[in-house]
Amino acid sequence: MIALVATSTIASILLIFLFVIKEALPILTSAKVQQEASLVRFFNTTIWQPVSEWPRYGFAPLILGTFKVTLVALLFAIPVGVGAALFTSEFAPRRTKEFLKPIVEILAGIPSVVLGFFALIVLASFLQNTLGYDSRLNAFTAGIALSFAVIPTIFSISEDALTAVPKSLREASLALGADRWQTAWRVTLPAAQAGILASILLGLGRAIGETMIVLMASGNASLVTASLFDSTRSLSATIAAELGEVVFGDPHYNTLFFIGTLLFTMTFLVNLGANLMVDRLKRKLAGKL
Amino acid sequence: MGMKPRLSSLLPIGITGLMTAIIVLVVVIILSNIFWFGHSHLSWEFLSTAPREGMTAGGIFPAIFGTVALVLLMTVAVVPIGVVTAIYLSEYARETSPLTRAVRMAVSNLAGVPSIVFGLFGLGFFIQFLGTGIDRAFRFEMTFGQPCLLWAAMTLAVLNMPVVIVSTEEALKQVPEDYRHASLALGASKWQTIWRVILPQALPGILTGAILAISRGAGEVAPIMFTGAAYYLPYLPKALSDQFMELGYHVYVMATQSPDVEATQPILYGTVFVLLAVTFLLNLSAIALRSVLRRRFAGT
Repeated sequence: MIALVATSTIASILLIFLFVIKEALPILTSAKVQQEASLVRFFNTTIWQPVSEWPRYGFAPLILGTFKVTLVALLFAIPVGVGAALFTSEFAPRRTKEFLKPIVEILAGIPSVVLGFFALIVLASFLQNTLGYDSRLNAFTAGIALSFAVIPTIFSISEDALTAVPKSLREASLALGADRWQTAWRVTLPAAQAGILASILLGLGRAIGETMIVLMASGNASLVTASLFDSTRSLSATIAAELGEVVFGDPHYNTLFFIGTLLFTMTFLVNLGANLMVDRLKRKLAGKL
Repeated sequence: MGMKPRLSSLLPIGITGLMTAIIVLVVVIILSNIFWFGHSHLSWEFLSTAPREGMTAGGIFPAIFGTVALVLLMTVAVVPIGVVTAIYLSEYARETSPLTRAVRMAVSNLAGVPSIVFGLFGLGFFIQFLGTGIDRAFRFEMTFGQPCLLWAAMTLAVLNMPVVIVSTEEALKQVPEDYRHASLALGASKWQTIWRVILPQALPGILTGAILAISRGAGEVAPIMFTGAAYYLPYLPKALSDQFMELGYHVYVMATQSPDVEATQPILYGTVFVLLAVTFLLNLSAIALRSVLRRRFAGT
């Protein structure tokens, strides 16, 4: 009975996969839907224009948008998150450490709609005034705001991994005459490599799937340009922006579920990789200590 | 603590310190900005009345009411399932069995599913499949086959399962083995031991999980956008099949679709302040409860 309830988690994952795919399936099976939206049509145009007389469902701008926003977020979140984790675990006095961890927990606890609101009202104007680009809402603004949601993930898991490195390694390094930075950089960090990589993967998963921040701060224009300072539209934001106005069973509806399937699959694979790494690391440490 | 850093090492250490300072700065700026512009708009009238004049005036009572109803329903659904799963993982499961590993993998992967995908799932499974099924079976007119409070709460419950499971399991693991041995030695059955000895001891940890789930549930918008939250409603939800207003969604709507941004801004800040205050108070009480649990077993 108890084991049966426990399997509800497995059932949930399966049901999510099943029911999101179910609504996306007509893209592959229904000839009528395929006249508007099919795998070929997703990629033979670079225009995303689902609401028009001749709807076009080109995925290119959306995939590019998700890529841009995620890139900015990770370029900012990885150095900040890992750097702060290294500082917290290796150099910070205990008092500082006890103050830093709750600060990061607070950041993690801020709802993403609040981060999106902050990006839209405050951060966007600040960044535009500082850097002087044209479009107030763009991939860069959304990426920076998104990094605020990703940093806690990278920080906490990296910090855990660094703290889990056995003391004896550090002591051996110090005894050989290395100073604390050399020890942290050349011994502790490499020893925690797998955990840090896992934290970055989990951060990546979060960044790809995060919706509200990107929806509110990216400007949502489906453009295909190289600039990070152009308005952009991500996969996740597209679902959120369009699902409300769509007709059930319409090709547009199926396409949005197809995007959902894509997001689910991508984040699933990324998270699976990260979790397997954490799992292996745990067993390795347990065997070693 | 080893050798003093060499001069050449001070710069890189300083850089890691700077990264840490950036995080602190971001948190301080966000919180003070929202506090500064938000607190002045708080009043009893703001908390107790409905929006007026196209949301450019009035309060946020329906959104507060909807949020409370939503998270209560969600909690009722998620806590029993989450706690029983945690009991299984902590007390019954053998770590090496395939089922245990599958459950663990499911929990951590469930935690990584994007929130908007939960929204799609809620729409496809709860509303289109279950809801429409119920309506057909009982010959209701369009009652459960549409976005409503019940399905939004169920969607959030699925989303929050990992939160409850992880924190309950942690709490159960903290109860010392001696307690289990002592209880079993006195002739109690396994279930009696869990029910009468372990669960009461782990109660603060279980509450922590529930509170964290509520706090997360109160802030999530993407999963409820299409499963029950409404843009604006002139009345409060009376039944499980009614739509509702919600704080986070209200923030989104006012921030992005307001016809008069200037007039909405103070109300918007006030709403964000309330949402943030609610999530923080919940998180703080979760942290406090967790430390109660740690202290309880600190000596053992």
